[in-house]
Amino acid sequence: MQFMIVINTDEKAQAKATVEQQKEMGAAYWAYSDELKKAGVMLHGDGLLPTAKGARISYKEGRRVVVDGPFSEAKEVVGGYYIINVKSRDEAIEWAGKCPGAQHASVELREVMVFPG
Amino acid sequence: MPAPEVHLVEAIWRAEAGKVTARLVRLVRDVGLAEEIAQEALVAALERWPVTGVPDNPGAWLMATAKHRAIDELRRARLVKAKHEILAGETEIATTPSFEEDADDDVGDDLLRLVFVACHPVLAREAQLALTLRLLGGLSTAEIARAFLVPEPTIAQRIVRAKRTLVEKQIPFEVPRGEDLGPRLASVLEVVYLVFNEGYSATAGEDWMRPALCADALRLGRVLAELVPAEPDVHALVSLMEIQVSRTAARTGPDGEPVLLLDQDRSAWDHAAIRRGLAALVRAEELAGARSTAYVVQARIAACHARAPTAAATEWPRIAALYTALAAVAPSPVVELNRAVALAMAFGPRAGLELVDAIAGDPALSGYHLLPSVRGDLLAKLGRMEEARADFERAADLTKNERERAFLLERARLCARRS
Repeated sequence: MQFMIVINTDEKAQAKATVEQQKEMGAAYWAYSDELKKAGVMLHGDGLLPTAKGARISYKEGRRVVVDGPFSEAKEVVGGYYIINVKSRDEAIEWAGKCPGAQHASVELREVMVFPG
Repeated sequence: MPAPEVHLVEAIWRAEAGKVTARLVRLVRDVGLAEEIAQEALVAALERWPVTGVPDNPGAWLMATAKHRAIDELRRARLVKAKHEILAGETEIATTPSFEEDADDDVGDDLLRLVFVACHPVLAREAQLALTLRLLGGLSTAEIARAFLVPEPTIAQRIVRAKRTLVEKQIPFEVPRGEDLGPRLASVLEVVYLVFNEGYSATAGEDWMRPALCADALRLGRVLAELVPAEPDVHALVSLMEIQVSRTAARTGPDGEPVLLLDQDRSAWDHAAIRRGLAALVRAEELAGARSTAYVVQARIAACHARAPTAAATEWPRIAALYTALAAVAPSPVVELNRAVALAMAFGPRAGLELVDAIAGDPALSGYHLLPSVRGDLLAKLGRMEEARADFERAADLTKNERERAFLLERARLCARRS
């Protein structure tokens, strides 16, 4: 089974973090990623740049509407993700619970719809 | 406590920060903005590398990330400017900047410009130190504050003010030419050597040495030697630092207490560092020719110690002569004090004591703990234990380093026992 661990972050808090705090965060993620890799469950993962770099696109009455980031109304935004391959949903919850993001803001676990072939 | 991998990122950053920041300054023409963008590149590495692993060429990764950000920043700034111009009724819109020309060229020139900006004479010495460690050494404000045992806000303020001064005085991002080069380079070398010395014999605090600062200074020195290879003083300074740093492992005992040069286990010296130091001295001497500069003479003195297989085999008359040469090019009471030590070793404690007593009244030495420390040592050798004890106690009162204080009090105690 494949799951996506969606890491939510508090962008405002993160923008204020010192380099020292970033180093601590980096260390935590390093240890976590290593653990995932050693257990052979990690398929992929990456961080996302701040929403200031992103945009929201939708259609209003057939016209494309592009709203540039940052999305300041949201307290938490998606900041990164892992895709893991595990045997059960319980195992996935175990792994998601160990993610440093769960301590800092929250993580969301979603099962990936995997199609054969 | 960060994981070892984060220390690896720190080490990579320290090696690359100068180059990245230097290139950024050239792109954005603003030290403050360049530093900000450089920090963002470091933070990006701290966010990305834990998940993806360290890239094969981390330096290139950092440089590319930083340049990307710089280009973004410039586009944004131009866009803002263009919008203002349109609002102001001006029709001309700036075109997107091109960065093709700086894709692969040598970053060395930028690095050298940044060194001279960070050590510019419009800045106070302590601002030069902080800015050099920050921009070229890749140290965080917190790390600099720890290194100099100063509160972090003080360092942060020093750096902010220094950057503001550079903007206000419109200091150009360039390498000084002609007559300016000599004095400006001397100022850079002084900053590097001050960083080294703060690490080599910490003036305050609980540790006798802070090797990380020595490593930072040595790294800056080696980079400088590549950038200005024709300057004898640069090689002499590198030589001096290499040889001094070679003694690191032997300079402290098992409990962190200082071990003096003559009592050190010479097999614990780093002989690879000594070889590098001696090679750098040869280059410095070739370039200096008949000129004797202070750094060359100091490196010769260090080399003289490094070549002696045992403390007893030290060529003291030669060292005493070198101190006399040093006093001629860089007269100072501290040099005289060292000359006194060499004289005592070459010709007996009485010869040394004579010189010590001759300079003891110099106001520049009034709070200097090494004066009574040396005097105490010479008196003890002459068997004048009671006077020696008083001098060691005075020295212990004067030093701000805890390790050294304990060491001096121990010597005072031994004198008291034998008097």
